[in-house]
Amino acid sequence: MAKGFYTDTTVCIGCKACQVACHQWNGLPAEEPGERELTGDSYDNTGTLSALNWRHVKFIEQIPEDRHQNGFLDGSRWLMMSDVCKHCVHAGCLEVCPTGAIIRTEFDSVFIQTDVCNGCRACLAACPFGVVDIGSDGKAHKCTLCYDRLQHGMEPACAQACPTDSIRFGEVSELMALAEQRAADLGAHGIQAQIYGKDDIVGGLNCFYLLVDKPEVYGLPAKPELPSSNVAAALGGSAATAALLAITGAVSFRKRRMDDMSRDESAPEDEP
Amino acid sequence: MGSNFAECHPVGFRWVMKAKERGCKVIHIDPRFTRTSAMADLHVAIRSGSDIAFLGGLVNYILTNDRWFKEYVVAYTNAATIVAPEYQDSEDLDGLFSGYDPEGRVYDTSSWAYAGTAAGTPNMGHGAKSANEPHSKEGNPGMDLRRYPPRSDPTLQDPHCVFQILKRHYARYTPEMVASICGCTPAEFDIVARTLCDNSGRERTSAFAYAVGWTQHTVGVQYIRTAGIVQALLGNIGRPGGGIMALRGHATIQGSTDIATLYNLLPGYLTAPSVQIPDHDTLEGWLRREMPTTGWWANGRKYMVSFLKAWYGDAARADNEWGYQLLPKNVGDHSHMPMFVAMHEGVVKGFMAIGQNPAVGGQNAVYQRAGLANLDWMVARDIFMTETADFWRAPDVKDPSAIQTEVFFLPAATVPEMDGSFTNTQRLLQWHDKGVESPGDCRSDLWFTHHLYQRLRALYQGSTNPNDVPFLSLTWDFEEEGPRREPKAESILKEVNGYTLPDRVPVAAFADLKDDGSTVSGAWIYTGVYPKDGVNKAASRNGDDWVALGWGFAWPANRHILYNRASADPSGRPWSERKKYVWWSEDEKQWVGYDIPDFQVTKPPSYRGVWSRGGMDALDGTDAFIMKPDGKAWLFAPSGLVDGPMPTHYEPWEGPGANALYKAAPRNPVAKLFNVVGNRYIDPGDAAFPIVISTYRLTEHHLSGVMSRWVPWLAELQPELFVELSPELARERGIGNTDWVTVATPRTAIECKALVTRRLKPFQVMGRTVHQVGMPWHWGYRGIVTGAVVNTLASLVGDPNVTIHEGKAFMCQLHAGRRAEEVARGLPDRALPLPHVGRRERQAAEAMIDRGITLAEQASSLDELVVKEPAPYLPLDAPIGVYHG
Repeated sequence: MAKGFYTDTTVCIGCKACQVACHQWNGLPAEEPGERELTGDSYDNTGTLSALNWRHVKFIEQIPEDRHQNGFLDGSRWLMMSDVCKHCVHAGCLEVCPTGAIIRTEFDSVFIQTDVCNGCRACLAACPFGVVDIGSDGKAHKCTLCYDRLQHGMEPACAQACPTDSIRFGEVSELMALAEQRAADLGAHGIQAQIYGKDDIVGGLNCFYLLVDKPEVYGLPAKPELPSSNVAAALGGSAATAALLAITGAVSFRKRRMDDMSRDESAPEDEP
Repeated sequence: MGSNFAECHPVGFRWVMKAKERGCKVIHIDPRFTRTSAMADLHVAIRSGSDIAFLGGLVNYILTNDRWFKEYVVAYTNAATIVAPEYQDSEDLDGLFSGYDPEGRVYDTSSWAYAGTAAGTPNMGHGAKSANEPHSKEGNPGMDLRRYPPRSDPTLQDPHCVFQILKRHYARYTPEMVASICGCTPAEFDIVARTLCDNSGRERTSAFAYAVGWTQHTVGVQYIRTAGIVQALLGNIGRPGGGIMALRGHATIQGSTDIATLYNLLPGYLTAPSVQIPDHDTLEGWLRREMPTTGWWANGRKYMVSFLKAWYGDAARADNEWGYQLLPKNVGDHSHMPMFVAMHEGVVKGFMAIGQNPAVGGQNAVYQRAGLANLDWMVARDIFMTETADFWRAPDVKDPSAIQTEVFFLPAATVPEMDGSFTNTQRLLQWHDKGVESPGDCRSDLWFTHHLYQRLRALYQGSTNPNDVPFLSLTWDFEEEGPRREPKAESILKEVNGYTLPDRVPVAAFADLKDDGSTVSGAWIYTGVYPKDGVNKAASRNGDDWVALGWGFAWPANRHILYNRASADPSGRPWSERKKYVWWSEDEKQWVGYDIPDFQVTKPPSYRGVWSRGGMDALDGTDAFIMKPDGKAWLFAPSGLVDGPMPTHYEPWEGPGANALYKAAPRNPVAKLFNVVGNRYIDPGDAAFPIVISTYRLTEHHLSGVMSRWVPWLAELQPELFVELSPELARERGIGNTDWVTVATPRTAIECKALVTRRLKPFQVMGRTVHQVGMPWHWGYRGIVTGAVVNTLASLVGDPNVTIHEGKAFMCQLHAGRRAEEVARGLPDRALPLPHVGRRERQAAEAMIDRGITLAEQASSLDELVVKEPAPYLPLDAPIGVYHG
């Protein structure tokens, strides 16, 4: 029974309650005062998903320059989207984790056991969505789908805090049916909406989105790829090339991992 | 309109989104493209301060295109009522209504009355209008309405009937005129008007939601009045899905108006007595003036007597006017802005800021801070350190030791640490229970007030000074609980609800209240919330997916929609099956439906009122608006307003230029002005300050930031103050995104970052380009993120009805870079924080007060004390409390 989020961006009001609820429940500190400045990027001042921000609301202003003539009636949109770990069905981070720190839980979510994580950063490179980040403790961090809450029959904090039900939590198949119905309803009103995170996106996302524009507009890759899919694609070529590519790929992957590890070793120890 | 629902009321906006999912059309009309606009089906941008033009345009559209709901309008509004022939409209007098006194800057409102009634009708809970209201020496001006019903012409053809006046008044508000004033296009106006009309009528209803974007204007009350006219013409009042919703900016703001914290109201919308209104000298005079003899308010005596019994108990007796003379009486306008002027003048010497932060939230905040520096003492109670508590350490105070004010900062408990109720915008009371004990010395507001009274009473005990009698006469017998001796919130709720004497059994409904001293009720409108001992309906949680009568308690009498008699047609049948709500049942011979009927439950639709009997008997079975003496929704307001019986477009006090409609009175001619040093106004069209500015809030912060700038998780979401401006204006001024900018008014200059966005746009107003900017006002000099105080830019200027300030539309100038000091030095009359003003002036002020008191003692009549000129800052040559010109 796969659990996940259905994030309906068409009802997101950009209130950031999800970000605050996530911080509060998971005990994640804010940036030090003074560290944050006005970014000037619409109303987004936290920039990206990170080790401290497991939810991040994006703001995309789409307003034509000639609005001063005819107003905002035609083509003016301010898109908002609460981004989060996708808890992929085929999770790149999990695939590459050398220590087994990243596991799949009984809820089919992807969970990082920080006590097992050695901070190698392989998962950072392997995630096609840029979700995973290394915290000040040198370990990888990301959304846990509120694993602790799920174990007690509660929904994740962000979904509970969302005032407009833009973030819905539940059984992925049921959420997908809701999303498809919603997309159809919007279509009937002339609004083209599509689901991002069906099987075509790295085999499916347990946390998927309803979007009204191209994925790239929201900063989501149109064709995300997993490390393993690179290898698989290569195998489709000639055997020799394939072998070569596979070796090169493996070597380069290994090299990147080792580089990361050596960088980590040279970094000061700041584990608790 | 006038609200940023999604950003400032995100939890309530959930229901807008639910409605939208079910097919509701959402229209947002606002100067900026906000997060609300992003969610709306239509967003039309109009210049700040032009909403009456837009709404007046809707009135004109509805009338000229025959879109008004005829049966509803004829039966339920005063459209047919004949107005006095002496009445002259602002359209006849170039912006002025009849009765204007240019010297006193006040209206004699007598010509705005219904024909045959000498001078309007009583106030009916609108509150005394203090010194701006014309003084009547003849006692109650509405006598004739007491004997005869107003005349009417149901054919609506009489040239003096309200309908014809309305038509003439708004005839010039064409789509082209609206576009020219507001800065939108006629096409934009047209689509809004069409959508609104298409979604109103028998089968459909539309609602307006507004917030301080409508109220904070020198014509704030009239903004909402115009929406009232639109909704009455479309038949959208008293029906499900209709109405005008005042979105509240803070939990239980509604409750603090009901159980009044306003100076001019007693709990339950009873007018606070004023020495400036001779009728208020006695309880009988007060009743005569404030309570009409027809309609529901004819019960006013019961509510007032029960209220006086609640406050004064045994000291309220039949032989002493039920203790009426124990009530403190207003001597002028004691609202927020005049209070701070009075601090400057040394009149107000002590101040308690409880959950309030005027050093950031107050208009012309430097001036207000300077007022604090002129106090003897100040108490601030809050959950975090506020700029008000720390005013003496503000960055611009050069020498704190020169400030003599003794400041006490007391820690307060938060909401989860106390029992109590919230009253929301739909008048719904919802109880909350204490979750945890407050830490340390933090105490609840109830605890503070309760123990403050107990300690003061101990100090006053035994006093023989007659001035102390009212204070010592207060009943104060609330139960206490726990080791902290916390007053029991439910025991206060019981007094608010009311009970019988002497057995103290709660009364179940306000219909049970008496005027013979046998009942007590702290606020009659809340009666029924605590109908039996131990039964607290505010705490009930039996909701459903429809009217949810079992969830909380909606005053009055758990009615969820007011005036819901109007949800049925005159014969008592629902207007449509789709909008069925409350109707007359021939079988049961009573009103039935999904809600508590807001009508006498057994009065049939066919009942014909007998005027001479008074009270509810005077009103017909079709008079749905039972709180009005004539039972009608008022398209034309014959009383209750001081600035005109019909809303009309005035420019903001500080506006970008001429009024397209009026030359003689381009701005509200009776706006409350404060001609004090450091509060210079910008003249209309002043090229030195050409940019329209509006202030507002963001979702990420709350009000003056006390509850959000100290919370790291919130602070980082909006870490810095900014001004939002269009790329067009940014290019003109050489300002880039996130650059530093200096924003200036005559009051002061402040620095902030620029947020350049196409969500703002230049407006074409009367053929020329007008730029608009906006600034959130959450920042101050305390907290973990800090920034300049935006309200230092705004001036003290107010609506004449309620003295709300004009924070939503004024003028400013923008300069690239950090130039605040340099720019401020060049301002001719900027506000300076005390102790720049100094103790010498204060002594002078005190001397003037002594002189004022002497004058007052020597004066033989009130007339000698009426001020003809606006009071300058110093010297104080006016009696206290009269500050407007």
